[in-house]
Amino acid sequence: MKPMLVIVSVDSNSVLLGAKHFVNYLKELIGKYNLQDTVDILETGTMGVYTQGVMMAVFPDDIYYSVRSVADIEKIVTEHLLKGRPVLSLEIPKDKLKLVVEKEKIITETRIVLRNVGSIDPRNIDEYIARDGYFALNKVLSQMKPQQVLEYVKASGLRGRGGAGFPTGLKWEFTAKVQADQKYVVCNADEGEPGTFKDRLIMEGDPHSVIEAMIICGYAVGATKGYIYIRGEYYGSVENIQKAIKDAYEYGFLGKDIMGSGFNFDLTVRLGAGAYICGEETALLESIEGKSGRPRLKPPYPPTNGLFGKPTVINNVETFANVPPIILKGPDWFKSFGTAGSPGTKVYSLVGNVVRRGIVEVPMGTTVRDLIYRFGGGLVGGKDLYMIQTGGTAGTFIGTDKLDVPLDYDSFKNYGVSIGSGVILAMSDDICPVDVALNTMQFFAHESCGKCTPCREGTRLAVQILERMSRGQGKLEDLDTLKQIAYVTQEASLCGLGQSINVPLLSIVENFEKDFVEHINASSCPHNVCRFIKIQKSKTKV
Amino acid sequence: MPDLCTTGERLFKELDQYIDSIGAEPDKLISVLQKAQELFGYLSSEVQQHIAEALGIPVSQVYGVVTFYNFFSTKPKGKVQIKVCLGTACYVKGGDRVLERFLEELGTKPEEPTKDGQFSIHAVRCLGACSMAPVVLVGEKDFYGRVKPDMVPRIIDKYKEVKVQ
Ligand SMILES: Cc1cc2nc3c(=O)[nH]c(=O)nc-3n(C[C@H](O)[C@H](O)[C@H](O)COP(=O)(O)O)c2cc1C
Ligand code: SF4
Ligand code: FES
Repeated sequence: MKPMLVIVSVDSNSVLLGAKHFVNYLKELIGKYNLQDTVDILETGTMGVYTQGVMMAVFPDDIYYSVRSVADIEKIVTEHLLKGRPVLSLEIPKDKLKLVVEKEKIITETRIVLRNVGSIDPRNIDEYIARDGYFALNKVLSQMKPQQVLEYVKASGLRGRGGAGFPTGLKWEFTAKVQADQKYVVCNADEGEPGTFKDRLIMEGDPHSVIEAMIICGYAVGATKGYIYIRGEYYGSVENIQKAIKDAYEYGFLGKDIMGSGFNFDLTVRLGAGAYICGEETALLESIEGKSGRPRLKPPYPPTNGLFGKPTVINNVETFANVPPIILKGPDWFKSFGTAGSPGTKVYSLVGNVVRRGIVEVPMGTTVRDLIYRFGGGLVGGKDLYMIQTGGTAGTFIGTDKLDVPLDYDSFKNYGVSIGSGVILAMSDDICPVDVALNTMQFFAHESCGKCTPCREGTRLAVQILERMSRGQGKLEDLDTLKQIAYVTQEASLCGLGQSINVPLLSIVENFEKDFVEHINASSCPHNVCRFIKIQKSKTKV
Repeated sequence: MPDLCTTGERLFKELDQYIDSIGAEPDKLISVLQKAQELFGYLSSEVQQHIAEALGIPVSQVYGVVTFYNFFSTKPKGKVQIKVCLGTACYVKGGDRVLERFLEELGTKPEEPTKDGQFSIHAVRCLGACSMAPVVLVGEKDFYGRVKPDMVPRIIDKYKEVKVQ
């Protein structure tokens, strides 16, 4: 070990800010100043804190920097690394980091899923192993029967993190019970919910945790083949997962006779081709089979008739990442986090007008208020919060009256606030609910696969109505028609896309009815966003 | 144009090699189309026909898949493709105004290449980089975050000379 360690975040968001470039320059300077034997560089995933720059930490000094340019790197190398004088101007103040973020992270942020993200080099399997990686697999293969693994996962109360919250253990058990010559394990990494990027950061920051869990799942249900279906645009995730799979084969965690147990498991990556609907599990299976991603009629469900008609477990990335710690530490440990109905933690994507945008992992049951104000740092420029989208595009739009709702898989049923895929999109009053509703319905109209009429036509009709309304030509009856569309698509659609349109549509129309009515009665958009045609007002969005 | 012919042949050969390497089975269709689009830039009816024969499936099935997925295109795109995110997080941060500015600067419509064939502008859904909203992706990997309409001309300038493939 070298005396000093520099950690640099190279997750996608940091890469946007030049992280790769900075690392190269850092390496160059370290060579130039002959610091090779003194300083180690570790490229890691997100540290979960977002500033205006790339996060960089110097140990053992425990100093965190926010780097925005190569000149900043130069300063850090020549001053801090060479002379031992921290560059105060670039340092992230301790009160901001240590008190607000670090301290709360340690006390309140509970890292189960993100246990390694930001702490290890995701492209180095040894670092994963050094942090108990593949220990759970070893435990399973050497000490547990498949039935015991199922019991563990069931007892933990883990529920699917892809949005629907179905109990994972039950899903595995259904699949295990079916007799078949071939079964499959599929990881849903098609993350398409606008506002969500947690799966990407998990795959980029800790790919082995997903792979290990899929092998464990295969052992538990009797499957010997797995597929990870990754969104085509997620280049970084694809690279890291592929590298991890290759290493896992080399170390004998994948392939034949894994760790001398006699169990075989093979894993393949498939890339998505740009269709939101392919995140729906049966559409995703169709897509792996090389077809158009149109959802299948359910039942039968994937545990009995899945990929190529064979029994298949399909789980979300975050769901899988929970499994190794559950196996190692036990179901009771897992249940000590979160709420009774939804144990464990949830990874949220905090986006929109919050000060600190990024991902954060907290116990289930954390309130929307805490997410926005404690972890997100409140709103940019101290603006007032007006509307919050929770759970993603298929989630709910709520007003500030629902900030204290504790989020879990029952909060939609109990309070009308959806946890979905964990998006918290905070909006101040320079947005307009009608305009946002239009954008949302345009999204659904575009992504509807067209297989069934209520969804295909309902979304189109909703777009037309909202377009009219945003031009100031709406009628009061339109509100009833919108609600009607919501009910009909929910009742009569084939798959989850159509069936869940009512959630965003009803929540925005009902919680922001005042805004909709004003669009009908007033002579201009109350938020100055929509261009009303009747009085020729130009769009002045701020 | 003997030159073009040989390039075409070379590309078809490369495609065939790829198909051989992963196995000519119907469930590989999407992977094969992804490769073909990478090679040819878009999927002409000739290319679709070729793939159908190679995998032993009807052309109609290939066409069905090509038109279903957003990623595939049956028409040429610009050499440099600029994707502007209109996902909710980007939209509320002004992604639509960034899109408008791109179209205005280049005098084109969404999806349609500019006259010189250099650029095409695409409105896309969430790119999974929402903390940097609004987001623009140029080509496959050049991300721009917190983009304001005024930054658009500078971004375009950077790629005026770029030759892709
Ligand atoms: C339109 C639609 C899109 C979906 N997109 C995703 C997605 O991107 N990622 C995901 O994990 N689940 C998605 N789902 C949920 C999946 O159908 C399925 O419930 C999930 O993969 C099951 O895994 P889990 O039990 O681990 O959550 C989507 C569902 C629908 C209806
Ligand atoms: S509900 Fe919509 S997305 Fe689902 S099958 Fe019907 S048309 Fe396709
Ligand atoms: S909404 Fe634009 S990157 Fe997510």
